[in-house]
This record gives sequence, C-alpha cells and structure tokens, in this order.
Amino acid sequence: MTALTDQIALTASQPATRRGPSKGGDAVFRAAAYGSALLVLFVLAGILGSIIYGGWPAFREFGFGFLTSSAWNIGTEQYGALVAVTGTLASALLALLIGVPISLGIAVYLTQLCPGWARKPVGMTIELLASVPSIIYGMWGLFIFAPLFARFVQVPVSNLVEGMPVVGTLLYARVPSGVGVLTAGIILAIMIVPFVASIARDMLDQIPTVLRESAYGIGCTTWEVVRHVLVPQASVSIIGAIMLGLGRALGETMAVTFVIGNANRLSASVFDPGSTIASRIANEFNEADGMQLNALMALGCILFVITFIVLIIARLLTRRVKAA
Amino acid sequence: MDAANPMTAAPPLAQRSRVRPSRRTADRVLRTACLLATLLGAVVLGSILLMLIVEGLRGLSPALFTHPTPGPGSEGGGIANAILGSLVLTTIGIVVATPIGVMAGTFLAEYGRTSKLADVIRFLNDILLSAPSILIGLFVYTLMVRPMGTYSGWAGGVALAIIATPVIVRTTEDMLRLVPGTLREAGAALGAPASIVIRSVTWRAASAGIVTGVILALARIAGETAPLLFTALNNNSWFNANLMGGIANLPVMIYQFALSPYPNWQQLAWAGALLITVTILALSVIARVVIKPQRAR
Repeated sequence: MTALTDQIALTASQPATRRGPSKGGDAVFRAAAYGSALLVLFVLAGILGSIIYGGWPAFREFGFGFLTSSAWNIGTEQYGALVAVTGTLASALLALLIGVPISLGIAVYLTQLCPGWARKPVGMTIELLASVPSIIYGMWGLFIFAPLFARFVQVPVSNLVEGMPVVGTLLYARVPSGVGVLTAGIILAIMIVPFVASIARDMLDQIPTVLRESAYGIGCTTWEVVRHVLVPQASVSIIGAIMLGLGRALGETMAVTFVIGNANRLSASVFDPGSTIASRIANEFNEADGMQLNALMALGCILFVITFIVLIIARLLTRRVKAA
Repeated sequence: MDAANPMTAAPPLAQRSRVRPSRRTADRVLRTACLLATLLGAVVLGSILLMLIVEGLRGLSPALFTHPTPGPGSEGGGIANAILGSLVLTTIGIVVATPIGVMAGTFLAEYGRTSKLADVIRFLNDILLSAPSILIGLFVYTLMVRPMGTYSGWAGGVALAIIATPVIVRTTEDMLRLVPGTLREAGAALGAPASIVIRSVTWRAASAGIVTGVILALARIAGETAPLLFTALNNNSWFNANLMGGIANLPVMIYQFALSPYPNWQQLAWAGALLITVTILALSVIARVVIKPQRAR
C-alpha cells in the first residue's frame, strides 16, 4: 500500500518529469517469476537425466535381463531388478487392497455420518496422520506393530494353513518375526489412508447436496445413497486419489526399510521378508560403488518410470474433474 | 461447506418398519464399517503418539540438548549436534525454496495463467510434489555429492529445498488465485505496473495463505530422511559449522540409532523421534490456524 501511495504522490508532485515507474524493475520481476517456474521444469528433467546417467552402465551391462534377473550378488557383480520390483509392486498393491476400503470408509463417515461438531476434530486427526514423518511410521511398525503382528497373526495363521495347497505357501511364515512384505503393505496402507481419505472427502463434499437429498427423498438408505449416487458421481476423482496413494506407496522409503526385512529372495509367501526398490537403495547406497552403484541407480530409473506413469494418470484423472 | 452440515448428517430412517430388512442390514453394516475405519485411524495416531511419549520422555534430559551424539559403545551423550544440524538443513531448504516457490507460484497465477507453458509447469509441479523423495536424493547425490567428493550440509539443504519448492508453488498459486481480479484491476487503473500490483496488492491479500504454504513445506521437510541419507548423511562429532562435510541431523540419526544394538543410542533415537514429531504436528496445526482467516474472508 505504501508503495502505491508513494508513487501516486510522486507522480502528482512531478507531473512534468514523470517517466512512469521504471520498466526495468517490472521486467526483472517478470523474468524472476518466469525463471523460477522454468526451474521446476529443469529440476524434473535433472532428476530423470541424473538417474539415467547413473544407471546407464548397468542397463548396458545387463541389458533387458536386468529386469528379469533375480540375482543381486556383490561378489560376482551380477545384478537384477526382479526381486526389488516384485517387492515394490506387491507391497504397494497390498497397501491399496487394505488402505483403499478404509480410506473410503473414513471419507464416507466424515461427509455423511459424522455429527457436525465432530467433523473438524476427526478430519484434523486424519490429516495430522498424513504429516507424521515416514521414519516414525517405520519405528512404530518395527517396534510396536511387528511383534504384535507376529504373535497374533503370523504364528496362528501359519499354523492354520501349514500343508494346505496354495494358501499354505501364500500365508506361511518360515520365520514369524513380524517383518515382511505384508507388514510393509500394512504400514504403507496406514500411511496412504489419510492421504486418500482427505482427497476423497473433498471430492464427496463437492457433490451437490441436491443429488443426495433427492436420493434420500425417495427413501434410499445411506448405503444406497453412497453406492448409487455418491460413488458414481465421484468415481473418476476417487480413482485419481487412489492412484496418488499408489504413487506414494511405490516410492515410500524409510517406513518400508524398517519393516520389510530387506532380503533378496523371491518368495511366494507374503509373510516372508523381501525388499523394494526404495528400501534397497536406502540400505546399500552409502556402501556401494562401481557397478553396484550403477545397478542401484538403474533401480531408481525403474522406480522413476513406474511412479511417474502412475502419478501422470492420477493427475490426469483428478484434473479432468476439476475442469468439468 | 459448513453450511451444509446439518443436511449432511444422514436423516435417521424414520419408519424403519417399512424398510426391507436386507436393506436395513446393508445400511447398518456400512455405517458401522465407516465408523470403525475412522476409529482405526484415530487409534493408530493415538498409538503412535503414545509410543513416542512413553519411549521418548524416558530419554528426555538436559544432556539431550547440550551433548553431541556419543560414539559406538560409549555411555550417555545427547543429540544437540543433530538438532542443530536439522535446524541448519531445514533453514537452508526453506530459505532457498521460498523465493523460488513464491515466484514460480506467482508466475503460474499472474503471468502464465492459461498459457501452454504454465499448464505444463503446473502439471509437472504436481508430479514433483508427490515424487518419491529418494529419487531427489539420488539426483542431488549425482549433482553435488559426487562432483564435490564428499557428503555435505549444502547438498542436504538443496535436497530439502527441492522437496519444499513444489509445496510452496502449489499453495502460492492456489492462494493468489483466490484474490479477486478486481483488486488487480484497481491497482492497474492507478497506473501501477504488473510487478508493483503483484507485490503490494496480490501478495498482500494472499499473505496468510502463502505463509501457510511455507509452514506446510517446513513440516514436510523437517522429517525427511531418505534424501538426507545420500546427501548430508551424518556426523557424530560436535557440529563444527562446516557445511562442506557430512552433517548430523535428526532423521538420519534416528534411523541409524533406532536400528543400532546400543541401548543408549536407541534411547536417543526415541527422544529425537518425539522431538521431531511434536515439532511437525505443531507446525501442521499452526498452518491450519493461519489459513483459517483466509478462508473466512
């Protein structure tokens, strides 16, 4: 405000010499804004470029076999991405399987069922869950959740399914330590829930009240309103929100590193330890050099490609709704 | 949004007898499931806080803030160097990210608007916003750590800045867009060039929102661990103001100490975890309080 009034005063007192506010400053400001915006572009390009640059030797050495090999041998310098990629996809999909129903439940509760006075505090609690750093989830998962999970889920379930076909291999824990791919999936689910729930809540809030009221007016129950009116209305953006959650689950590092067990073994059981791309990079990067470093960078490349495809789809889905 | 509150609480089924039992059951199951899901969220947050308080308070002592991290096997010690290092790293991150983020957000909201370039940048910024932070760590490692030959505080700060920037860009743009166009026109009608209208009218009107964005970014980077592993790493010695070398910081300290075999290290990790979580939750709450008057206006 002062700047404005100063200028007005200036132009009023010196009408003859008035040259207008300096065009130079304006151009500099504009250039700074323009440059900062372009920087975002360069950073993204830089990330892609640096990872491809770092991973290139590994891709050249192992070729397409890098994707299909489950080897990870530092002694013989044989590296493959299969275990880490499988672990990444498996833990992220488990996270969605567990987390999405819970997220939608929370979103429906917050928008449809919750009494007015409780909406703000409950909504805030869920949002605060999103800001807890991932390393804290890792500690919680390893020190609180894993022992309980081993004792009350892994051991009884393993005993129950032992010897059964299919289920017996899928749900059998050789060492019921509480850590493993499923534990990672559960922790990831807890981490994406607040994220997906708050987006889904915003989307459900945007649906015109009239639609809901007319459904109730013809005698629908809450379930029918949600199932046949709200979900179809918001489906595209809810899928977008789920994809955003998937993107987060795929690249999540610290929490997973704590609870997945970090084993390079391809196992059919979800109770067995495994590793994800991110956890392997976090674990080995500091001690790695030579081809191992390149292989880790190549893993980073694969993670980049997977998450960016997921994120692009997510953003396109959530965007289309905004425009409509 | 709030005006709809009384309406959104679902009307009780007044004449239950006329609702077919199967429909009523489905409805009850759904309602219970939704309630349980929400309770689950609250229980998890409560459980995390309880764990931190129980384990963390035990380790809370004055020595925490006065002594550096102990070496392997030695007794006692604190996390003063890690606290200081974290403060320095987040400060670098925010100081670098704020001007860039605000200017980029200004470009998107004021200059770019609907141009193709602005659309592309907006889209890429949204992607950068949710990009895995570990990839940003790899990028800064290649960009700074490898050429400089050493892990460094500067690299850690830059990595955090890259994570903070998209958050600030996004909130700045969103907040500037809420400023009515008539304000800008009024400024322009007085003969003020665009840069002055932006600085003394639009920014001022959106200041609370922009500050919120910066606080949110701060909360986001304060607990980031993965990118610091490859950039700032850690340093057990007392902080010596040398940003050219590895620098102690809370997240990496927590990671290394929590998984260590030494009880006193684990205790320090818990104390650090309590400290960092309380700070971040406080920042998040503050951000929501700051944004309130903006929405009400």
